[in-house]
Amino acid sequence: MVKEIERTGIPVVQMANLIPVAKTVGANRIVPTISIPYPLGDPSTSEDEQWKLRYHRVGVALDALTTDIDEQTVFDVEI
Amino acid sequence: MPKAIVYLNQFFGQIGGEDVADHEPEIRDEKVGAAMLYDQLLDGEVSHTIICGDNFVGSNEEEAIDRILGFLEDKEFDIFFAGPAFQAGRYGNACGSIGKAVKKEYDVPVISSMNIENPGVEMFKKDIYIFPGGQSAAKMKEDVTKMVEFGNKILNDEKLLPAEEEGYYKRGIRHQYFLPDETPAYERAVDMLLKKINDEEFTSELPIPELDTVDIADPVANLSEATVALVTSGGIVPVENPDQIQSASATRWGKYYIEDVNRLKNRRSEAFKTIHAGYDPAAADTDPNRVVPVDAMRKYEREGKIGNLYKYFYSTVGTGTSQNEAARMGEEIAQELQEDGVQAVILTST
Repeated sequence: MVKEIERTGIPVVQMANLIPVAKTVGANRIVPTISIPYPLGDPSTSEDEQWKLRYHRVGVALDALTTDIDEQTVFDVEI
Repeated sequence: MPKAIVYLNQFFGQIGGEDVADHEPEIRDEKVGAAMLYDQLLDGEVSHTIICGDNFVGSNEEEAIDRILGFLEDKEFDIFFAGPAFQAGRYGNACGSIGKAVKKEYDVPVISSMNIENPGVEMFKKDIYIFPGGQSAAKMKEDVTKMVEFGNKILNDEKLLPAEEEGYYKRGIRHQYFLPDETPAYERAVDMLLKKINDEEFTSELPIPELDTVDIADPVANLSEATVALVTSGGIVPVENPDQIQSASATRWGKYYIEDVNRLKNRRSEAFKTIHAGYDPAAADTDPNRVVPVDAMRKYEREGKIGNLYKYFYSTVGTGTSQNEAARMGEEIAQELQEDGVQAVILTST
């Protein structure tokens, strides 16, 4: 899906836990998530921690969409 | 007698289903589940079974590999089997990454089996032997038989033939090999050239792998004025699943109106849930924003980082979904997004 979207010229960032799979399917901009069943908020942590993590990683994804890249890139996250 | 070790995930290792997909790696000096089938067919014996949850490998790959290589340090074994992983993407990833590490560290033959649609095939076919397998566990016996028959050939020092003849996915590794009829290379090359000149079919002995990549799209010039859409393969839908998207092997997708929605309400509020059969739904059902982060996008919209969040989010289920169907659905979604002037997309996957 990510490839078909990018093919139209719309930049797309994939937020995924299995980075090697995202690379294999051809995503060019990739931001890591924390797990498969809860990509953006670990239920065993507080609501506040989950929100901070989600807000941060979505922010990294938005920044990725404005970043010029010349190869498949995995963007760094801090939390 | 030659010894084999078998790697299985939490399900085939009889620990449990999705709720224990975080199961930490362990080794047992017995044959668990499918390991018994390997043992019956093998010209040797299965001495140990390694079991690990697919999500554990997915989220802690390095640690999983280190621990499993550690288990094997004092074991004697001649061959390593992983899977079969069928069409399960996470299991394929686990079999491939563990198998590749075992091959590298202990230099024993490593054999796995995956369905052609499993992303693990593309990722690891160069590193280990992977045989084409069925879509589901109904093909367990058939897939294991193929793996073990080839393993037996290796253990018995039989002559190994090229990938096409043995049946595993081509690894792209070249060996010096004399054809049974001993036709030398120069004759074969001239034969091929003549066929080419005459527009006849010929098979190259040096195939160039096809890579289907897409050009990297230019970045968004002005994010603070752009419309950004959310798309997910995590199966988040309204609780009644109005588009009847399948829980696995999906062929349908849906779009859901979120113009006035500040954050996705959950299953208990009879709003959104996940129908994805490939992961434990508890976390997504309790808070769907963990998969489709509408709440965070709204905050960025209010702060002016993005122009606006697109009025629909798009959803389908990415488990067991064939590459052809995924490409078709992606194309349909992309076309709508383009027609509606969406300038950037965040796609979340589970």
